Amino acid sequence: MNRPNALLSVDDLHAWYGESHALHGVSLDILPGETVTLVGRNGVGKTTTLRAIIGIIRKRTGTIQFDGKDLMRLPLHRTAHAGIGFVPEERGIFASLTVEENLMLPPVVAPGGMSLKEIFDLFPNLHERRNSQGTRLSGGEQQMLAMARMLRTGVKLLLLDEPTEGLAPVIVQRIGEVLAELKTRGMTILLVEQNFRFASRIADRFFLMEHGRVTAAFPAGELEVRMDLLHQVLGV
Amino acid sequence: MTMIFGIPIQAFLGQLLVGLINGSFYAMLSLGLAIIFGLLRVINFAHGAQYMLGAFAGYLLLTWFGIGYWPSLVLVPLIVGVIGLVIEKFALSRLYSVDPLYGLLFTFGLALVLEGVFRYYFGVSGNPYPTPSLLAGGTNLGFMFLPIYRGWVVVASLIVCIGVWIAIEKTKLGAYLRAATENPRLVQAFGVNVPLLLTLTYGIGSGLAGLAGILAAPVYQVSPLMGSDLIIVVFAVVVVGGMGSILGAIVTGYILGLAEGLTKVFYPEASSVVIFVIMAVVLLVRPAGLFGREGA
Repeated sequence: MNRPNALLSVDDLHAWYGESHALHGVSLDILPGETVTLVGRNGVGKTTTLRAIIGIIRKRTGTIQFDGKDLMRLPLHRTAHAGIGFVPEERGIFASLTVEENLMLPPVVAPGGMSLKEIFDLFPNLHERRNSQGTRLSGGEQQMLAMARMLRTGVKLLLLDEPTEGLAPVIVQRIGEVLAELKTRGMTILLVEQNFRFASRIADRFFLMEHGRVTAAFPAGELEVRMDLLHQVLGV
Repeated sequence: MTMIFGIPIQAFLGQLLVGLINGSFYAMLSLGLAIIFGLLRVINFAHGAQYMLGAFAGYLLLTWFGIGYWPSLVLVPLIVGVIGLVIEKFALSRLYSVDPLYGLLFTFGLALVLEGVFRYYFGVSGNPYPTPSLLAGGTNLGFMFLPIYRGWVVVASLIVCIGVWIAIEKTKLGAYLRAATENPRLVQAFGVNVPLLLTLTYGIGSGLAGLAGILAAPVYQVSPLMGSDLIIVVFAVVVVGGMGSILGAIVTGYILGLAEGLTKVFYPEASSVVIFVIMAVVLLVRPAGLFGREGA
């Protein structure tokens, strides 16, 4: 059962890709300022859950409440204005835009976002390369850019899909630092992450997904005692 | 008489000018087509009809209301643009969820309807549109005689093309357009009203066709079929430039206009097919077009 003070509250969420039924009743909630991580094997519906919440997947049923608003009724371009930022797995950096244009692209949806200066302080590389074509950046820089452009907008919740995928350990560590910094600023984060060690350092809670639904939820403190279950389900 | 490649220089430069004029219209029209195709993924077969609509709008403003060329230069693109907005909002936008072929068929049908209506009321013979008095006459450049209006068409088309290109490359709205051309759903997920952007883009593309139409009115006859004569060539321009490439559409428009003019000088028999020969060669060598990105 979801808690009444949750910032995001998802209940019995079903979603389809065409005829293919991908989510089978996902329920989860996130408190303001929390960082939660969705874990699970490939293909269990973690990315689909994020895409259904932001509304890129339109064929969905169930309830999604965010900050008192019913997201199911909003057209795709209104969801961000409710206060949700999305960092897709493929990063979604635009080749026909410069780094700075990529950074400035998402509209500001609420006051309280970072200024351009703060963002460049946090990501000095992006400042150096602000006039380069977006896709000329390295994979790690593109991931930084994909995250950075959401920080300007004043969103309260960040949906992050596999931010560390395919990146060198030193970059992964840098992303961890950035997420920790965001956390201290009060950002709420829903993270999909295969890198378990990475996730365990920053997550407050975990949701385990199997076959298109959440089958277990536990705080980070219980990670040790849950390890056997996780190894069994995730096969790690 | 001065000769160049065995041809009187007057004839040579004269055809070059004709080529440049035609190229100006190719560039303006293919620019609108490229913008629309890039974002909407719709091959706008009604583009020629919208160009014709622009010429007729200018003609009717003049004959019915006595509104002259200069106000029409502003009014006509607005009229044709607003008609475009309505078409997108109430018809074209309903076709995005189905096969792109439907958008093509719809705009093709729309072109036939528009041309049919104007044929019914105005016949197929052309109606003359007077050259504005400010731009009447010509000037002797020493090596050739330049009708001032034709010079103006070339300059105006360059201004329009460069202006639109700068607007796309350097403004925020242009950045939205470029980004949404790459990945419309992600841009919409960022909170940009992409459906509205699509409507505006079709309106602007249509308005550009209307502007080309009013510019063309004093040069060519205002006739219901003036668009369909031109549109096939313009499609060839877009294909050679690379589908959806803005810069490609502009540059290729001028180049192919000039190529056509030069062919008229050296081998007139081939002048009506040269553009399609170039298209075939380009498609063989670079299937994505001169400025297109492979797989884009």
